[in-house]
Amino acid sequence: MPLQSRHLLGLDGMTRDDLQLILDTAVSFREVLDRPIKKVPPLQGKTVANMFFENSTRTRLSFELAERRLSADVLGFAATGSSVSKGETLKDTARNIEAMKVDMVVMRHSASGAPHYLSRVIEANVINAGDGSHEHPTQALLDMYTIREKLGRLQGLHVCIVGDIAHSRVARSNIFGLITMGARVTVCGPATMIPRDIEKLGVSVCHHIDEVLPSVDVLNVLRIQLERDAGRLFPSIREYHNYYGITRKRLEKAGRTITVLHPGPINRDVEISADVADGEHSVILQQVLNGVAIRMAVLYLLSTQN
Amino acid sequence: MRRLKAQIIDQDGFDRTTIRLAHEILEKNKGAGNIVIVGIRTRGEFLAHRIARIIEEVEHTKLSIGSLDITLYRDDLLGKLEQPELKGTDILFDLNGKDVILIDDVLFTGRTIRAALDELIDLGRPRTIQLAVLIDRGHRQLPIRADYVGKNIPTSSQESIRVHVREVDGEDAVLLMHPEE
Amino acid sequence: MSLLLKHGRLLDPATGRDESLDLVITDGRIDRIGRALPAANMQVVDLTGKVIAPGFLDMHVHLREPGYEHKETIATGCAAAAAGGFTGVCCMPNTNPPLDDESVIRFIQARARVAMDGLVDVFPVGAVTMGRKGEHLAPLAELATAGAVGFSDDGDPVFDAEIMRRALEYSKMFKKPIIQHAQDPSLSKGGVANEGIVATSLGLPVIPRLAEEIMVARDIQLTEYTGGFYHVAHISTAETLETVRRAKAKGLGITCEVTPHHFVLTDEAIKGYDTNFKMNPPLRTRDDVEAMKSGLRDGTIDVIATDHAPHSFDEKEVEFQAAPFGIIGLETAVGLAFSELLGKNVLSLYQIVEKLSTNPRRVLHLPEIKIQEGETANLTIFDPVAEWVVDPATFRSQSRNTPFGGYRLKGKPVGVLNNGQAYWISPS
Repeated sequence: MPLQSRHLLGLDGMTRDDLQLILDTAVSFREVLDRPIKKVPPLQGKTVANMFFENSTRTRLSFELAERRLSADVLGFAATGSSVSKGETLKDTARNIEAMKVDMVVMRHSASGAPHYLSRVIEANVINAGDGSHEHPTQALLDMYTIREKLGRLQGLHVCIVGDIAHSRVARSNIFGLITMGARVTVCGPATMIPRDIEKLGVSVCHHIDEVLPSVDVLNVLRIQLERDAGRLFPSIREYHNYYGITRKRLEKAGRTITVLHPGPINRDVEISADVADGEHSVILQQVLNGVAIRMAVLYLLSTQN
Repeated sequence: MRRLKAQIIDQDGFDRTTIRLAHEILEKNKGAGNIVIVGIRTRGEFLAHRIARIIEEVEHTKLSIGSLDITLYRDDLLGKLEQPELKGTDILFDLNGKDVILIDDVLFTGRTIRAALDELIDLGRPRTIQLAVLIDRGHRQLPIRADYVGKNIPTSSQESIRVHVREVDGEDAVLLMHPEE
Repeated sequence: MSLLLKHGRLLDPATGRDESLDLVITDGRIDRIGRALPAANMQVVDLTGKVIAPGFLDMHVHLREPGYEHKETIATGCAAAAAGGFTGVCCMPNTNPPLDDESVIRFIQARARVAMDGLVDVFPVGAVTMGRKGEHLAPLAELATAGAVGFSDDGDPVFDAEIMRRALEYSKMFKKPIIQHAQDPSLSKGGVANEGIVATSLGLPVIPRLAEEIMVARDIQLTEYTGGFYHVAHISTAETLETVRRAKAKGLGITCEVTPHHFVLTDEAIKGYDTNFKMNPPLRTRDDVEAMKSGLRDGTIDVIATDHAPHSFDEKEVEFQAAPFGIIGLETAVGLAFSELLGKNVLSLYQIVEKLSTNPRRVLHLPEIKIQEGETANLTIFDPVAEWVVDPATFRSQSRNTPFGGYRLKGKPVGVLNNGQAYWISPS
């Protein structure tokens, strides 16, 4: 059963079968990553362009590694110092890259919906590596993979996402994916960071983290954008940390084992304390490894789709 | 739909053939001391377990058995209409310095074996790789031959050979099918 | 040569007339009205099944000239108006230079006289403030004297309460309305979509309904205090409508308009990030669309206006957030109004003519059009039941940014007559 779309733009509307297929396929690639030679040939002769219109070291490296592990030729593109800063439109940039006979495009962009637009104007498969505040599907897939690996299932788990839900593409993709896979999702954060009508997506809303922790299996802690948000969405970093920061004390008070995820990069002792990030319930480094396997699975499944 | 043309090997023949293959492997390698068994998914995996069990009984030893999913190494992967499902490679032992007995059900063009060899070599550096197949039906497209052959069956290239194994198909048998109609 | 319009149904809110009659038009004037008039030496047009109404006026149009001629010119905009069944348009002042100086008004008038040989009346709307910056009043009296029919900083609101107060006081002296793009910019800044489940799912920055509602509520208090004339442009939320309804009940000088897209489409339409659904105010919810229809029915909404906002194709072929706001509307408005309002029993034929012709002129204090012998022929002729499919390739506008391509509509304009000129839309 192939995927239903030839692009991965988001998890909104994706079927349970498709999510399952990606997660299951990633298991095979996860095994490849344990081999002495961590490289397999299925994308030999294919060219993948990584178009990152917004800075991102981790996601770009993870995609690049996944592409190379699949034997693809990799074309890197960063917005800084390129023609984009000279006012070229997304369409022109994309068409130019496609004119070089690129088979797949991985795109990170600051505007929500940019990859949807791209998928309408070029022929290549498009993979969304994060668009504005919309979606970051491979991040949510690797989060779900990591949860499943650790707890054996997704169905019936209670996952709490903490942080700036309004501006988080990680939150949205996780909500869409987790709910489709049968998990229960609570979003938690100050009211200024919870977007309107979010309950209509099937999630519960909570403003006091200590109230929800005693029933939570998994915590997904979002990164706080220090520069942007302090003073507008919450008064100060200190106050955010005191009311929403995930600390060991807070977790111990909850009285149960909670698996902790973070999409990185971490602001230590802001949204998560160092002893939690490095502690026994943190799966943050597994997320990084699984991210490569998930991206390999997505690239592989889309490449055999045309 | 393909129609059955003839049954080439029945249950008894199947058992005799696997027993013979096991003994040939032991003879050539002077015992089971350095061999590991790797079956190519799907049918080769079950054959590998059969042959391994016979060797283990004869030699009173325990063998390392693994299975190989060659999908990622196929040379027709990107041209296929259907999405090839990954079942995963499962080799939880070291191949370095071992005599690897690679097992598949039917040897035909040789392309599957080429893919399997590439994958094995990415997994380690065996001392030898030896190929055992239940059926060799000819029509090779690559310079590949089997070290152990259960039965040579000359076929036309339009015909097909279907191997049934108890674990999947409920019976052990080898069937020759008419060309597609 | 005289023109004889035969067998048309004459619908004239000014005289209350609604019957099947023949009209003779000579040199742009209505010569005779009667039954079975002789056709000797006349060009005859058979209008059986068609309706003859006073000319339609779209009081919210961006003609883009001067300054943005790659989007639209006065010539192409007037052609689009005629093709859409309008004999008049009000052009908004957000040009470059903006309409904050009488010389720009005179320029527009000069261009309009030669466009379509003067068929379409172009009524300029002057800027409220210099450069539409919201800081200093534009020379409103001079602009009015030169021909401005109202004032607006459209595209942007008049945000400063004191400036708004002064503008209402000043424009009241010569009976011109302030047309407000009502939106509190501190609430809407950076937004591109209605705040709600759709924008939340799509991760788009929002323009909350509150931004419009707060601004209209404030403006109504200012209008009550000053006794001025205030017109809400492109009203979009149910709550704004309710606020206007209450103000009207008090007898204040308040009017409002709605665009066809705000009574047809909801924010669900933006789910594919198609920039042809990006407009300001944004598409709202089903409840708002239903409220717009009830507002049209009970008369709270006086006018249907298009907010015709042309953009060249490559300006819209970008990411949703980067795209400019607005769609064109002149050539689809009449079809949408008849399909959605007449076809679905929201308004009668008579009421639709009021919203497209009589009321915009009343809001702007323009003289009434009368279909009587001796009067200038300013007429829109339409077929209320003809079915057609919107094909943007055939548009007379220079731009094509419409979300309605492929729509099957019922009701279409047939021809327009004004200032001694006639334009027939479908050859008959």
